[in-house]
Amino acid sequence: MNTKSVNPKVDRRDGKLAIAHFYVAFIALAIGGLAGLLQTLVRSGKFELPSWTGYYQILTIHGVVLGLVLTTFFIMGFQLAAVSKTSGTLTDKQRLTGWIGFWTMTIGTVMAAIMILTNQASVLYTFYAPLQAHALFYLGLTLVIVGSWIDGAAIIMAYSSWRKANPGKPSPLLTFMSLVNTLMWIVATIGVASTVLFQLLPWSLGLVERVDVLVSRTLFWYFGHPLVYFWLLPAYMAWYAIVPKIIGGKIFSDSLARMSFILFLLFSIPVGFHHQLMEPGIDPAWKFLQVILTFLVVIPSLMTAFSLFATFEMFGRSKGSTGLFGWVKKLPWGDARFAVPFIGMLAFIPAGAGGLVNASHQLNQVVHNTIWVTGHFHLTLATSVVLTFFGISYWLVPHLTGRVLTKAMNKLAIIQGIVWAIGMTFMSGAMHAAGLLGAPRRSSFSTYGGSEQAAEWIPYQVAQAVGGSILFLGIILMLYIFINLAFFAPKGEEEFPVGEVADAAEKTPMVFENWKLWLGITVLLILFAYTIPFIDMIENAPIGSKGYKFF
Amino acid sequence: MHIHKFEKIWLIFGITTLIVFLSVIGVSAFYLGNQPPSCLATVNPEKVDTTEPFNEPGLKKVEGKEWDYELVFVASAFAYNPGQVEVPKGAKVKVIATTKDVIHGFQVAGTNINMMLEPGYISEYVTTFDKAGDYLIVCNEYCGVSHHMMSSKIEVVE
Repeated sequence: MNTKSVNPKVDRRDGKLAIAHFYVAFIALAIGGLAGLLQTLVRSGKFELPSWTGYYQILTIHGVVLGLVLTTFFIMGFQLAAVSKTSGTLTDKQRLTGWIGFWTMTIGTVMAAIMILTNQASVLYTFYAPLQAHALFYLGLTLVIVGSWIDGAAIIMAYSSWRKANPGKPSPLLTFMSLVNTLMWIVATIGVASTVLFQLLPWSLGLVERVDVLVSRTLFWYFGHPLVYFWLLPAYMAWYAIVPKIIGGKIFSDSLARMSFILFLLFSIPVGFHHQLMEPGIDPAWKFLQVILTFLVVIPSLMTAFSLFATFEMFGRSKGSTGLFGWVKKLPWGDARFAVPFIGMLAFIPAGAGGLVNASHQLNQVVHNTIWVTGHFHLTLATSVVLTFFGISYWLVPHLTGRVLTKAMNKLAIIQGIVWAIGMTFMSGAMHAAGLLGAPRRSSFSTYGGSEQAAEWIPYQVAQAVGGSILFLGIILMLYIFINLAFFAPKGEEEFPVGEVADAAEKTPMVFENWKLWLGITVLLILFAYTIPFIDMIENAPIGSKGYKFF
Repeated sequence: MHIHKFEKIWLIFGITTLIVFLSVIGVSAFYLGNQPPSCLATVNPEKVDTTEPFNEPGLKKVEGKEWDYELVFVASAFAYNPGQVEVPKGAKVKVIATTKDVIHGFQVAGTNINMMLEPGYISEYVTTFDKAGDYLIVCNEYCGVSHHMMSSKIEVVE
């Protein structure tokens, strides 16, 4: 079967490259988590920050460090390990490429961090012009992206050498999935790289006076929505290809898994306008078109849900369960590698439903830029994705460091998952509710001059602080487990679980590996969704904006 | 490629639901005219104060249009002009707003009025105020250090 692994273990040298990425990711978790805790406390109205820092500075740290640094480093580390495991040890050249990518990203992160910490870049992670950060902030973020491209190049090189060595065969599933996510990431980041290189950098350096705000926002959101799929697809990799092995079952269908990934590649990029539904300068008909394209990702999401639960049910029935839901009892609830990502999967149900509201042509008007949106992505990114990443770490970190996940750590990991779920129920639930009442996102505590409406929001903000504090406890637990698995757990062998395809499944068609076809359709869809509105924006542009530093 | 029977049923159900849902918002958008605020008009952000109608922010009665009043707002860091305004109950109002500096939000809490204000562009939304009371306007897009102090108020009076 083509999903059989090549290496029983990830090569030690590749392991070092992957774990280096994880170190940065978990340092980011510690810093970003602390910043998140402080925000919820400030917004409860019962706590004030010391005078040398400000709410929006902390908010910038939280967003950049968790949304961009934690995710990108973790994903690249995971994908490099997955490729090395399923397609064979990286060549020296591929590994060197990976290291160059890692250091480029790290240097960029440090540069951006210095600018944020010295309060020269409190522009949040979306850095909307014409708020103007220091040029080194933009340069730092550019290096993070360029570094991720270099990391991605290592993955593409490993994929091509596997294909060359195995003509006519479909690539290993995890390698295929890593490749799709990398390709999507490269196509998407062209948007943010363009606005930074051609607009924001020359403007922050003083080489040009004005910036076209709408063009910069459009380029940002061209990247900003695929960004969330870049976070999600590695979680899907674990759900499709790893969790089945952990429970002792089989992958439901290799072909369907590949098809859903291809659909994500096609439909996650030409959809950025649904983040811009409330803004002037874009014709509503084009907004509607992108709303439709956005909703097409519902299809691969439904396929994923089906596939996962089919795997669970097949496994339960093979263990002799009866009745409609008897198989639920047969699942290994005591295994953190399964239980923690499973909590993530459950969170994705309300998270996905909330996403449909956000992306709707008119419903968006009720929730746009309210704290509902924050609640939404704390279910998607900060629960579904992050808990799955934690679930991956529980076996991947010891696998890479030559240690084992002990019973005690496994138990602690399950407690961590439960703590997370409780904290998030409070925080995200309160955010959704307050958002429907109109409470804005990304705002410090305010009574808005004693407004009655704003007073109604405050109890929810207190609930957010309660949830945030519980979540911070979860972060401390996670860091403790990570440090244990990386440095102190007993030496041994921890399995890298790679699922095998069910015997009844059909042969995988080779059309999924036809990148000229898929990238071609992706480009056509992007041109279709963006060309005319983009020409509109440039033709009807107002004079650009000078920079403002209101922080 | 083989697709399991149950998965086919699941996907057909899902896709049908999707088509129904998209048709509903499509009809709402193009037949009932429920479009998001997407006015394609521009303005020089540095000359807002001397450009009509932003030279006189506030509520104005208009004749011969589909709406009875125009309510003009100018946003800048960190305030709206006017800072407070009275609107008669039941009035059909076109809200017209823009910004003089950075991006601001314009959200009337508890209503569907929610617009981004971007330098160089005019944002518009037509609505009817049919419930009396005070409505808080908040800036819901981060605009700088006093972002959370930026607000205004619409009083809908009998």
